[in-house]
Amino acid sequence: MRYAMLIDTLKCVGCSDCVVACQTENDVPMGYCRDWITEVVNGQYPNLDLELKSERCNHCDNAPCVRCCPTGASHKSTGGIILVTANECIGCGACIESCPYDARYQHPEGYVDKCTFCHHRLEKGQLPACVSVCPTNCMYFGDLDNPNSEVSQLLNNRKHKTLAPEAGTKPQVYYLL
Amino acid sequence: MEELFTSGRNIPNIDPYLQIWHWPISVYLFLGGLAAGILFFAAIITILGKDKEYPTAVKKASIIAPIALVIGLLALFYDLTHKIYFWRLYTTVRIESPMSWGAWVLMFITPLSMLWVFSYYSEIFPKWGLKYDFLKKFEKFLIANRKYMAYALIPLTLILGVYTGILLSAFNARPLWNNAILGPLFLVSGLSTGAASIILLSKTKKEKHLFGKIDLGLIIIELALIVHMIMGFYAGSEVQLEAIQLLIGGDFTVLFFGFVVILGLLIPAIMELIELIGYKLPAMIPAILVIIGGLIFRFVMVEAGQLTRYLY
Repeated sequence: MRYAMLIDTLKCVGCSDCVVACQTENDVPMGYCRDWITEVVNGQYPNLDLELKSERCNHCDNAPCVRCCPTGASHKSTGGIILVTANECIGCGACIESCPYDARYQHPEGYVDKCTFCHHRLEKGQLPACVSVCPTNCMYFGDLDNPNSEVSQLLNNRKHKTLAPEAGTKPQVYYLL
Repeated sequence: MEELFTSGRNIPNIDPYLQIWHWPISVYLFLGGLAAGILFFAAIITILGKDKEYPTAVKKASIIAPIALVIGLLALFYDLTHKIYFWRLYTTVRIESPMSWGAWVLMFITPLSMLWVFSYYSEIFPKWGLKYDFLKKFEKFLIANRKYMAYALIPLTLILGVYTGILLSAFNARPLWNNAILGPLFLVSGLSTGAASIILLSKTKKEKHLFGKIDLGLIIIELALIVHMIMGFYAGSEVQLEAIQLLIGGDFTVLFFGFVVILGLLIPAIMELIELIGYKLPAMIPAILVIIGGLIFRFVMVEAGQLTRYLY
């Protein structure tokens, strides 16, 4: 099993519903977030091109945070989800330094926290909170090892990109173009 | 033209740029390198059987090592945010993680450095004799095994010295750190600060002269490595070109070129060279400059590195 998230940049309107859903579902402390919206404007007026997208931990196949963690608190779980075990984390910050996406932060309690693909919801057969609330249905979640899954089909049929592929991390969050 | 806006993000210590590693890390990287340098020379001189000729290197200077290591460890501990779980470092060995290597090396080298100093206790403090018989016996045992301690120290000091650089260079997310030369560069810089502190404490002309020569050689290697580092960045990708701008024409230029390259390397090298030719100069000045330059170098790399990132 290999979980992946797909986000359709053509359908995303940047409403931040995914951000709020995540904060609520995961009890993210005030002032922090596990996912966020970026807006990229390309070109020169009047020929502008706007791209909106929701970003989060990319659950990289070749995860630098897992590699540099000195205690093994950052680890790859079932389906390739990268998780942090809070009571193994010493708060050294190495994983935060190692992440090209700056997707991790120090929880006020000291350990390092980030997106979990809502693995507690996946276990119950539910979708991640962000995906389940998206009002434009621009987010997809599924198993890339299954060639018939919605995400595999979409990746086969649509142009897509990942963030900073030159960092060599093999991200598992894909953006449909 | 491309413009990037990020909404909903103002996470403490992450936005707008990383402030995860603070001054204790820079101080630790400096002290680790310094201890590695001092212990390396103490061990080499002992193995070569020259410990009677160069007493400061093996005796007086080596007192600095355990003190530096303990202060360094406290600094590291201070910068952890989930402190009560620090012992998790020692329930696992993670070959791929430089920090795990460092934690384990420190675990061995800190007590070893203390034992090393203890083996010279009676010579360093002749007035304060050891009161208990078992301590006297233990000191004798350590003196008899000093050479074995020295053999163990060589690889440990080299790993410690290189690791202070690799700790940073292993992060490809921070382009300024992500260059393979940082490990050797920090090792050479650490050895150089070690040699400088031996010069500072030494009372004999012969010892000052030898370590002045060694330091001069190390400074020349360090300068060459810095040139290589800058060349490597200029031959690199966009993110690396942007990263080196911080040192070449940005916020850290004065600190880097003024205090590290000129005051910390070039001037001490020239002074040591003049001394080598035969002119009398106070040997303290280049030694102090080298030590301060080494400390500032760690601050520059840790602070500037966290400003550099991948842009996408």
